[in-house]
Amino acid sequence: MIRLVGILVGIGFTFVVLLAFVTGAYTAATEGLGEETAEKAFHLEAHGPAGGFAHDGLTPEWDLAQLQRGYQVYKEVCSACHSLEFVAFRNLEDLGYSEDEVKAEAAAWVVPDINPDTGENSTRPGTPTDYFPSPYANDVAAAAANNNAIPPDLSLITKARHHGPEYVYSLLTGYQEPSAELAARFPDSVPGPGLYHNPYFANLNLAMAPPLTTDGQVTYADGTEATVSQMSQDVAAFLTWAAEPSLVDRVKLGWIVMGFLLFVTVLAWLAKKSVWSTLKTRKD
Amino acid sequence: MATTTDTADTVVAEDGVRRRDFIEIAAVSAAGVGGLFTVIPLVSQMAPSKDVLAESTTELDISALEPGQSIKAVFRKQPVFIRNLTQREIDEANAVDAATLRDAQTLAERTLEGHENILVVMGVCTHLGCVPLGAAEGENKGEFGGYFCPCHGSHYDTAARIRKGPAPTNLEVPEYSITDTTLVIG
Amino acid sequence: MSFPWAKQYEPTNPVAKFFDEKLPLPRLVYNAVGAGYPVPRNLSYMWNFGVLAGFCLVLQIVTGVVLAMHYAANDAVAFNSVEHIMRDVNWGWAMRYAHANGASAFFVVIYLHIFRGFFYSSYKAPREMIWLIGVVIFLLMMATAFMGYVLPWGQMSFWGAKVITGLFGAIPLVGESLQVWLLGGYAPDNAALNRFFSLHFLLPFVIAGCVILHIWALHIPGSSNPTGVEVKSESDTVPFHPYYTAKDGFGLGVFLLIYCAFVFFMPNALGHPDNYIPANPLSTPAHIVPEWYFWPFYAILRAFTFDFILPAKLWGVLAMFAAILVWFFLPWLDKSPVRSGSYRPLFRIFFWVLVVDMLILFWLGGAAAEEPYVMFSQLATAYYFLHFLVILPIISSIEKPKPLPFSITEAVLGSDEKSVLKNKSEPTA
Repeated sequence: MIRLVGILVGIGFTFVVLLAFVTGAYTAATEGLGEETAEKAFHLEAHGPAGGFAHDGLTPEWDLAQLQRGYQVYKEVCSACHSLEFVAFRNLEDLGYSEDEVKAEAAAWVVPDINPDTGENSTRPGTPTDYFPSPYANDVAAAAANNNAIPPDLSLITKARHHGPEYVYSLLTGYQEPSAELAARFPDSVPGPGLYHNPYFANLNLAMAPPLTTDGQVTYADGTEATVSQMSQDVAAFLTWAAEPSLVDRVKLGWIVMGFLLFVTVLAWLAKKSVWSTLKTRKD
Repeated sequence: MATTTDTADTVVAEDGVRRRDFIEIAAVSAAGVGGLFTVIPLVSQMAPSKDVLAESTTELDISALEPGQSIKAVFRKQPVFIRNLTQREIDEANAVDAATLRDAQTLAERTLEGHENILVVMGVCTHLGCVPLGAAEGENKGEFGGYFCPCHGSHYDTAARIRKGPAPTNLEVPEYSITDTTLVIG
Repeated sequence: MSFPWAKQYEPTNPVAKFFDEKLPLPRLVYNAVGAGYPVPRNLSYMWNFGVLAGFCLVLQIVTGVVLAMHYAANDAVAFNSVEHIMRDVNWGWAMRYAHANGASAFFVVIYLHIFRGFFYSSYKAPREMIWLIGVVIFLLMMATAFMGYVLPWGQMSFWGAKVITGLFGAIPLVGESLQVWLLGGYAPDNAALNRFFSLHFLLPFVIAGCVILHIWALHIPGSSNPTGVEVKSESDTVPFHPYYTAKDGFGLGVFLLIYCAFVFFMPNALGHPDNYIPANPLSTPAHIVPEWYFWPFYAILRAFTFDFILPAKLWGVLAMFAAILVWFFLPWLDKSPVRSGSYRPLFRIFFWVLVVDMLILFWLGGAAAEEPYVMFSQLATAYYFLHFLVILPIISSIEKPKPLPFSITEAVLGSDEKSVLKNKSEPTA
């Protein structure tokens, strides 16, 4: 009885799903498999700089000089529009700055405060325990100042995008004029006013104007030549650190844990063999 | 293939530990050590997190603090009382023979050299942690003109030393330093 | 319960004697997973996953309780509190990655455990109750995992909650009010987040209770084994300890190696980048997918695109739930007297087709909802239902199984006379 009902139910579901299949297949046969889109045809996969990042792979290290340069790019360029809300000034000690340098750096930023006498909004110099301030008072102000596109917070950007560090690098170096082919095949995807073509951006049209445009836009204290590519990879490395300060420690600890586990597992295998050795487990 | 290591357990006991037993003991011990190491993160996650530790100093401007005035500030999420003592309060505190007190300390020992008039103490009663009265205008200062804890009636004198009531020690003086007009606690 | 030759617990010291008289907990453990539980001697490594699943449950509860000490279930700060755990709490990142990847590890282990059950027909008499409780545990796990994924309150959390509770909206008449009631609002909000947190904390302990029932039910008939032949005599079994504790210990080591590789080297590989963007009710991510362990059922849900009497959406929801509920009826759908797939030539073929079908459903559940993936998932879904509801009942009546060994001992040693535990019977040479 239960099997009879089961067979009927099974045939029922199968019938309905195959009906759906037949209609889908008919549509596909008559109209093809969906339309070509500009995103599919012209979107490019993100790639990192030649040589990759120091934090890549299974033996990652922070390149402190690069992180410091990247911080400088964030401070002088990105921070005009993008917040970094989960990073505190005290975290900059990770980049190799001393306690006093961090204090001085924090004091160079202006953070929101409340006037203790009047209770009104005011500002004061930052202290190490403050977090990076947002350039806008709120989302409405951010949208109003940026043609309705709110600049995303950057503190998790490399984790919030596939291949984040490479994505940041590719995006910053990938601005270009849309190709004639794109204009011919997908006239709707040619950027309108206030939009910029970038094949690494999901829908190819980005509201952010190219932020790094000229070599030497930032003057590096360590004398590194500030090419657009150099600045892009430096800030991508900095944002990777900002998104996950524990990355390097995590992988290093991982190797210790794996080594220990391997040792224990081999011992456990020998112990298992020894326990079972008193028992005949196969045919003669 | 026959397995040949068929020694009975009773015989083994006399021979001492066999190689096989050694491997089993080693495996269990190594696993135990690994298990113990996992206790480290489980325990230390309850210790103060980095953002809490980072806020463990408090900076205050005391340039406007006149004799007889107090400020209540917050140090490590606990109240701290900063008082600019009047000359009368200093004299009262020094008039007492420190050796006779429950927690023998002189005012000089409880303040910084050169700033004997600035008394910085935690606003946490050493009995059971209530906030004593006496820092704000018009509050009960207790029988000795310093601080008074309303929970169980501990009286502190003008140097915030315990004089009467259940509290075992004087109000705690946190580590602090004074540079010009800035007081840094912690 | 248990076999007459099971070893008896004998307390050796006064403390153990005291406990044995007042609260025989050591005896319970001894009989459950100690030397007092005789287990078939021929279990393969596929029998490791029960113990591993138990380990995963403990791992999730321990790391989860720790995370709950730092997490704040409020829509204004939930996302920030997770970042607080990642950045400021001592070892917080390790705890969170261990918990997030622990959920995936738990499902890997459980899927292998379930498919072991499919192949060796572990659901058949006398083990139906073990199987039924097991399916209940699986359903509870899915509910727990879903609600846990909502807690970080990222984009995928929010939209996952919206889409999954939207499924209830498909139920005729009461659907929409039910959805609003579940969420405590018209969209996922603080109310939903708080109740999900509460239930996410509660359900693991319900699972733990069900696991105890699962193990209790297991100890009535004893463990199944790869031949499917029931235990006949003492020579068919070995005591759980030390034989299977040693084997499970080694299995645990291998499991931990793979698991820790994920936790330390690619902790976000199984997650989705969009969940590092705070929840935004006004913007849907381009490609919403649930966590990977839901993909087969998500593929089945999306396969129904044709209104046939009932709306397609309702068909999808019915099929998705039916796809799991059908497991409850397995003991009565498959009537073959032979348990082990090793002795069922026809069944074995279809079993492997099911494995491939399931892998295809995994792939399609994570793929974009566009052609040709939808067509593939329709075919794969059709096979899924045909397999359990049509093919299984039919082959169990027409199949001619291969001859079974007389006993487990014979299957292992070739002949039953040699079946002796050598360390017990033979003196030293």
